[in-house]
This record gives sequence, structure tokens and C-alpha cells, in this order.
Amino acid sequence: MRYLEAGKRHRVRFALNGRAVEGEAEPRLLLSDFLRQHLGAFGTHVGCEHGSCGACTVRLDGKAVRSCLLYAVQIDGKAVATVEGLAKPDGLNPLQAALRKHHGLQCGFCTPGILMSLSQLRDEEPNADEARIRDVLSGHICRCTGYHGIVQAALDVFGKD
Amino acid sequence: MKPPAFEYLAATSLAQAVAALANDEAKIIAGGQSLVPMLNFRLLAPSLLVDITRIPGLDAIEEDGGGGLRIGALTRHHTLETSAMVQARFPVLSAAMKHVAHLAVRNRGTIGGSLCHADPAAELPGLALLLNAQLKTTQRTVAAADFFEGALSTALAGDEILTEIQLPALPPRTGWGFEEFARRSGDFALTAVGATVSLSDGEVAEARIVVIGADDTPLRASAAEVLLTDRSGIAAAAIAAQGQVSPNGDLHGSADYRRHLVGVLTRRALTAAWRRASGTGGEAP
Repeated sequence: MRYLEAGKRHRVRFALNGRAVEGEAEPRLLLSDFLRQHLGAFGTHVGCEHGSCGACTVRLDGKAVRSCLLYAVQIDGKAVATVEGLAKPDGLNPLQAALRKHHGLQCGFCTPGILMSLSQLRDEEPNADEARIRDVLSGHICRCTGYHGIVQAALDVFGKD
Repeated sequence: MKPPAFEYLAATSLAQAVAALANDEAKIIAGGQSLVPMLNFRLLAPSLLVDITRIPGLDAIEEDGGGGLRIGALTRHHTLETSAMVQARFPVLSAAMKHVAHLAVRNRGTIGGSLCHADPAAELPGLALLLNAQLKTTQRTVAAADFFEGALSTALAGDEILTEIQLPALPPRTGWGFEEFARRSGDFALTAVGATVSLSDGEVAEARIVVIGADDTPLRASAAEVLLTDRSGIAAAAIAAQGQVSPNGDLHGSADYRRHLVGVLTRRALTAAWRRASGTGGEAP
């Protein structure tokens, strides 16, 4: 049992993109704000702050989740993956490369969240079809692209295994 | 859009969580997919959040030995959607989960949380009613039919925690249908209808119909169900279901429009259920 007082900061330790990190958070601090303001991980974007827009999506123990619907203190001891962890030293992740190729982003605000959801889908269902891809993308609001380029990018990556 | 301050307790046993709920300003957090938005909007200000997600043993899906399933309250929507055991025994449940919000919300939201939140437009309370679920808590076992008391209101006591959903086996030759209408993929249902039809010697032996989002709680359309067993047919049942609901109108749809949807979705759900039960694509009664 772990009890944390309101209004005070408490130690939170977790793995961020495979690296052990720690910081201090009040119980009410959202994971999205913890990542950006306390850990300087600005790749995760904050949009609606009530779980609708999908911009803040990260992966918690492998599963895509809204970081605005989690408190930082809840992730103690867990593993979080953000968009910063996708690219490797030798280049972009295939999903990132495909988004660039197909003009799947303009302003880029929604892109980190979309990448985190699509990366879970790719791990679990590498042969997902267009309907399934569109179903997953429906959890993300993009106001620039009209989604066409995003869908084309995903279709370029899925079903190739 | 930032929540008010609260104390936080990560319980590691049900006893700890129940003890913490003696504080009547305490609130349980499981997946938090309904609770955290309400806190972010400051619609709620609990003094203590009791996190039950670190309590072991509450997220298993097990066979009950009689063809049914016992499902832990901390099971996530995505797990329910993708479980082979659920797909084999209660395919209506897997199919309906695809209508619950989006992947990231289904990954995190728990089925116990959805049942206890009791949103009138949520799928799981209606499915619990449709499948005759028994809801096991830290104090007792309650039938789903006695659990939902109003919008966002259940029979749970302040220090009572839902631990398991028990689903009895469906009768042989049972087909199912689940039809939902929402303006956008993943939105709350304007209205949804779930149905099961069980056949015996080619006749409808039992029909169950639940309407979601058209009243304060999910509603068994019992007046419509009897019209299936007495061979009045699906069209008559759809009209009877419309007569049983008292929907509210709001900016998403008027009361009349929701009532219209109840008729259309009941007809579609029953037709699908009958076809699955009979194993034919033929004309439904």
C-alpha cells in the first residue's frame, strides 16, 4: 500500500523509452504534464485534456493510452514509451518514414499520438486492413490532412510481413 | 482542465481499499477513463483517490465449469474484445466492445469501472443486463437487473467494490445481434440495442432485448420479447420496444429521433440474432 499526501510532491520512478528516470509529482499531476514539464519530453503533445483528441497518446507497458487520463503517480514502476523512442540511430521508424513519404502530416500536432497508436497496432496486428487502420485512427483528431495521407502511410507499412 | 488536489492511495489488497472507502469523500479509480475527465473538468472533487489497479487477481477471465465465464472487474475493454474465450462463448460482448470509445481508451478502461460508473449510454451495463450477469462484490452477489438504479447510480454501497462479473452460459442455438448508432466512430451511443434469440425446434424459445441510451438505465424491452415467443414477429417487437422507452432529447438527437432509432436498431439486432441462431440467411419472422 502506498499513500501519498495531497499537495506534496512524491518520488515517481519508471522506465521512459527503456531508460530509468525519476521525478517528483503531486498526486494530481497528469502524466502528460509530468512528461513535458518535469522530464522535458516534449514529443508528447497536449490537446483536449479529456481523452478525446488523442494527441497525448503514449504506450504504457506496451498499450496505447491517453497520458492526460493518467496521473504520474500511477505509473511508478511501469514502462512508458513516447514518440521520442520510435526512431533509432540509423533512421526513422518505418511508420515515421511512411508518414513523411505520404505527406501524412502538416502541422504535426497530432502525429506523435497517431504514431503511438499505430505502433501498438503494428505490434499486435501487423496485417491489419484499411478498415481496422481507420478504426484505430478514429481515436485521433487531425485538422490538417483529412487523414488520406495518414491512411496511405499506414497501408504502406501494414500487411508487408 | 487540471484536476483539483486529492490524496492518493495505491491499495494492494481489497481489504485496504475497503478500509480506505470509510472516508465518504473517497472515490475508487480503476482505469480512470470516465473519472479522470470528470476530475479534469472539476465536476467532481474527491478528497482521496483509491487506486485498485495494483490489487492482484482481479483481472482474470475464467471458465465457470458450466459453459459460462467469470471475468475479473479489472479486465480491460481491449482484453475483453480480443479474448478467445469471450469470442467463443459471448461473441456479442467482443463485437460490442468495438463500439466503446477508441483503442487507447479500451486499453485502459476496466469493465468493472464502466459497470459502476453506470453511464446510461455505455455498452457494458446493457450487455450485463442482456447476458443475465451476476455481479460479485466485496459484500454480496447482485443480479445486473437489480444493480442499475439510475443515471450514474448503482446499488453499490459506499464501501463496496465490484470484483467479478459472472456470465451464465447461453442456451443452445442462441444467436445474437448488437446494433449501435453514434454520430462518429467511438462516440457514446445515441442509442444501441443488444438482442439474443434462442431457438428450439425452429421456434423462438426465448428472446432478450436490451435498449441502451434511451432511458436512465439500460432497459429490458420485455414487452417486445414476448412478441417473439408468441410469433407476432420482429416488426411488432420493434414497435413494442419503441413504446417501452422514454428517451431524453439533447443537442445530439431529439427524443423522437432516439425513439425512432430504438425501432430500427431493435429490428436489425433481432434479425441478426435470428439469422445467427437459425444458421440461415433466410427471411426472419
